[in-house]
Amino acid sequence: MAHAYTPGLKVTEQATVRKMRRLPILGEVLVAEGKEVTPEMVVARAQLPGNPHTVNVANSLSVEPEDVPHFMVRKVGDKVGKGEVIATYRAFFGLMKNNVTSPVEGVIENISAVTGQVVVREPAIPVQVDAYIKGKITQVMPREGVIVETRGAFIQGIFGVGGERQGRLKMLAKNPDNILDEKDITPEGKDQIVIGGSLVTGRAIKKAMEYGVKGIVAGGIIDKDLVEILGYDIGVAITGHEDIPLTIVITEGFGKIRMAEKTFHLLKELSGQTASINGATQIRAGVMRPEIIVAGYVPKTVAAETKISEGLIPGTPIRIIREPFFGELAEVVDLPPELQTIETEAHVRILKARLTDGREVTIPRANVEILEE
Amino acid sequence: MKNGSYDLPPEINSILATDCGSTTTKAILIEKVNGEYRLIVRGEAPTTVEAPFEDVTMGARNAIREVEELTGRHLLSEEGVITPRQADGSGVDIYLSTSSAGGGLQMMVAGVVKNMTAESAQRAALGAGAIVMDVISVDDGRRPHEKIQRIRHLRPDMILLSGGIDGGTITHVVEIAELIAAAEPKPRLGIGFKLPIIYAGNKDARQHIEKTLGDKLDLRIVDNLRPVLEREVLGPAREEIHNLFMEHVMAQAPGYNKLMKWTPIPIMPTPGAVGLIMQATAKKYDISVVGVDIGGATTDVFSVVGEVFNRTVSANLGMSYSISNVLLEAGTANIRRWIPFNIDEADLRNRIRNKMIRPTTIPQTLDELVIEQALSREALRLAFEHHKTLAVGLKGVQKQRTIGDAFDQSSSGESLINLMDLGMLIGSGGVLSHAPRRVQSALMMLDAFLPEGVTTLTVDSIFMMPQLGVLSTVHETAAVEVFEKDCLIWLGTAIAPVGVGREGDDCVTIRGVLPDGTSLSETIKFGAMKHIPLRETDLVELEIHPARGFDVGAGKGHVLKTQVKGGVAGIIIDARGRQPFVLPEDGLQRRKKLLEWFTALEVYPSELLARYAR
Repeated sequence: MAHAYTPGLKVTEQATVRKMRRLPILGEVLVAEGKEVTPEMVVARAQLPGNPHTVNVANSLSVEPEDVPHFMVRKVGDKVGKGEVIATYRAFFGLMKNNVTSPVEGVIENISAVTGQVVVREPAIPVQVDAYIKGKITQVMPREGVIVETRGAFIQGIFGVGGERQGRLKMLAKNPDNILDEKDITPEGKDQIVIGGSLVTGRAIKKAMEYGVKGIVAGGIIDKDLVEILGYDIGVAITGHEDIPLTIVITEGFGKIRMAEKTFHLLKELSGQTASINGATQIRAGVMRPEIIVAGYVPKTVAAETKISEGLIPGTPIRIIREPFFGELAEVVDLPPELQTIETEAHVRILKARLTDGREVTIPRANVEILEE
Repeated sequence: MKNGSYDLPPEINSILATDCGSTTTKAILIEKVNGEYRLIVRGEAPTTVEAPFEDVTMGARNAIREVEELTGRHLLSEEGVITPRQADGSGVDIYLSTSSAGGGLQMMVAGVVKNMTAESAQRAALGAGAIVMDVISVDDGRRPHEKIQRIRHLRPDMILLSGGIDGGTITHVVEIAELIAAAEPKPRLGIGFKLPIIYAGNKDARQHIEKTLGDKLDLRIVDNLRPVLEREVLGPAREEIHNLFMEHVMAQAPGYNKLMKWTPIPIMPTPGAVGLIMQATAKKYDISVVGVDIGGATTDVFSVVGEVFNRTVSANLGMSYSISNVLLEAGTANIRRWIPFNIDEADLRNRIRNKMIRPTTIPQTLDELVIEQALSREALRLAFEHHKTLAVGLKGVQKQRTIGDAFDQSSSGESLINLMDLGMLIGSGGVLSHAPRRVQSALMMLDAFLPEGVTTLTVDSIFMMPQLGVLSTVHETAAVEVFEKDCLIWLGTAIAPVGVGREGDDCVTIRGVLPDGTSLSETIKFGAMKHIPLRETDLVELEIHPARGFDVGAGKGHVLKTQVKGGVAGIIIDARGRQPFVLPEDGLQRRKKLLEWFTALEVYPSELLARYAR
């Protein structure tokens, strides 16, 4: 039970960020170790075998499958164009003629005498992987991909939607309580990643899409707004492939929740810088959280490296992440070692915390996360 | 004792077993004490398959180290677990392990006819412990190019292909093989490796299958799983799945090569092992068993009816990672129907989403606990519905019926699950195993599964079914003894008359003599629930008199004399009706009824329930 609390998300102005950029199948790596790369630079590519199409020649010619090879006018390995005849049946000295054509441009891959099916494969589809962040190649995995490394600011959100994008960060909130509404979104937001406080409204997201905003970062989002924007309800917590024109990174959770002070101030500091963001979230083994990376950012004041959290001790600033004090900030007052009985009658490890309004409350340790200083 | 071909000591007195789950690795130590096998201690530690550790043995070592600390025994050496037990007392006689880390075993299955060979292939894969990502068949309604696209996008650990009876037509199964060959699917793990495919179809097509798939995939051929229409032979396919799981999936997973050297017994997929212990239990008591394991991401349902074992996995029904999907599939109305207070829909949705993104949090207030248990009822209900669609008799078969037919098999393809004949329900997974009051687990299972007649209710105390399952392959006695004495918690017995009546009319009368000599005679009205305390160690003979039109297992209105076992929740009489079980439509009425039942069974603290009544 050494870690009976949620360790919290990384929010740091200086971190070494490593990103694996991997091809879906074996291919070719285009950069060497040590190479400096920019986000849009292609670092690896592969040729994904083209889409195969099946043509049932036996049915089309009304012949037995075992006779199909005999009626083929194109053989395995032949290139064919769309609409080109690949099999012909002639009877009565050519008076009766029946042709089968290729549905696509491609190569004949297989002629089956068992099923009478012919497979025509379309030309290979090139796939490429870009560097995503500005940095340096520190490792090449031959034929598979590379690792890009950079130093810079690194902020993790709790939940996101939408994939990898780049844009200039723009702080639109005056304080972490502010709600990002449609009136805040202007045409100036085009290609930017805009930042709000405690909530981004559904109307603001729609407006942002209209104006070509690249990304939105906010403390909270209303579940129903998210469903409306996506056009469907998210079932399982795997995101990042949504077909939407921008990426959304939520830092605190669902509902209106004040953005953590540290996150807000760092984002304010980073306003104007170019960032790489990704909404991809996966909550299970191999946890993946959405992220905002500003490569090469050098803090104005040279702060010490982020303190490695020693866990919960009296004085640790925390956020409560479950009802009845969901979203509230507090400070640990006491950590009784014995299990205690809470309202549900469960026996759990608890802590006593002081809320910002001065009230002292008891919270299960599992329901808090540390706000890293 | 069977020990197959494994190199095991002649006498086994100490057993160490681990289950490497996706988040936690659990170790248990079993020893023979006064002639019987008992659980001594357990230890657990976070699983270390993912970065930055990427070595499963680290988590296993940590969990075993906890066992060492608790017992003061020396179990580990540089090489792994010390076996057999040494003269100085160190080590254990055998070590074994199961695993579901790294996403478990993910398979795609294919067959010719959706309801016949494809369904048999699906049962083979599920029974072996796999998650079935998709089922492809000639008649699945998708056009060839759509099937090819789907196969291309899946990245399974392996494929199971079946189709045709031996000696039947080969065209269709070869057609499916051609689609697979065209799609050139790639494995989930090990970029550059050939994807394994097991062929378990018409033996006459083997040569063509070899020609079509041999170059592109890693082809294995086993006996046809449907050699004739009337018979399903799943054993050889399941065995090959386990072999490939060891050779391919485990060998690719970080650290497993080391772990495999620690034990002579193959590492088994966790759900496959759970299935084995369920089967051993059903065999021992000669009853039908339904078991459920509700996790954060998935819910597995197992059933053993006669000789037939089935398992299904609802990959997207769970209490944390997949909790939003429970909301999506069940709908808010179905979740709210189990909540005895009014809650705004938007509030409920936000709470569920927040549980999804912060899955390790726990309910602090009664409201939160009630909501979580409402979600669990719906997840269990949906998973059981799913199970019933697959736990069916063979389709496409003319069945001969006899008067002695125990199950509803009036025509082929009908459900094997007859709730009236169900002997035991076994619940497992955090929300059931760790409910603050055991009666909460009993009621969640009653509401979700709606058992009929007389059914024993149990929960797995600390989730050691996987370790006991794999142990049952080498030492069934030890596995079953520990399962009964240390693993299962006997909640009690539910008595649920089937039928519908008018609220307040008599539904059932229970008569008997309690262990303390007092006589019991209780009449329960329709629409009510009643709790009769009876200790776990007690067995009582009961006469159950259903009112006219109600059935408790002996026919409508007929008395049933039976022996029932007690438990931490005693005897629960559920006179809320079955076929159908209906909750009041009106919100106020429904909440009133829920409170009445919660109070009758003492499900939640009464002083807290009182605030909902206001």
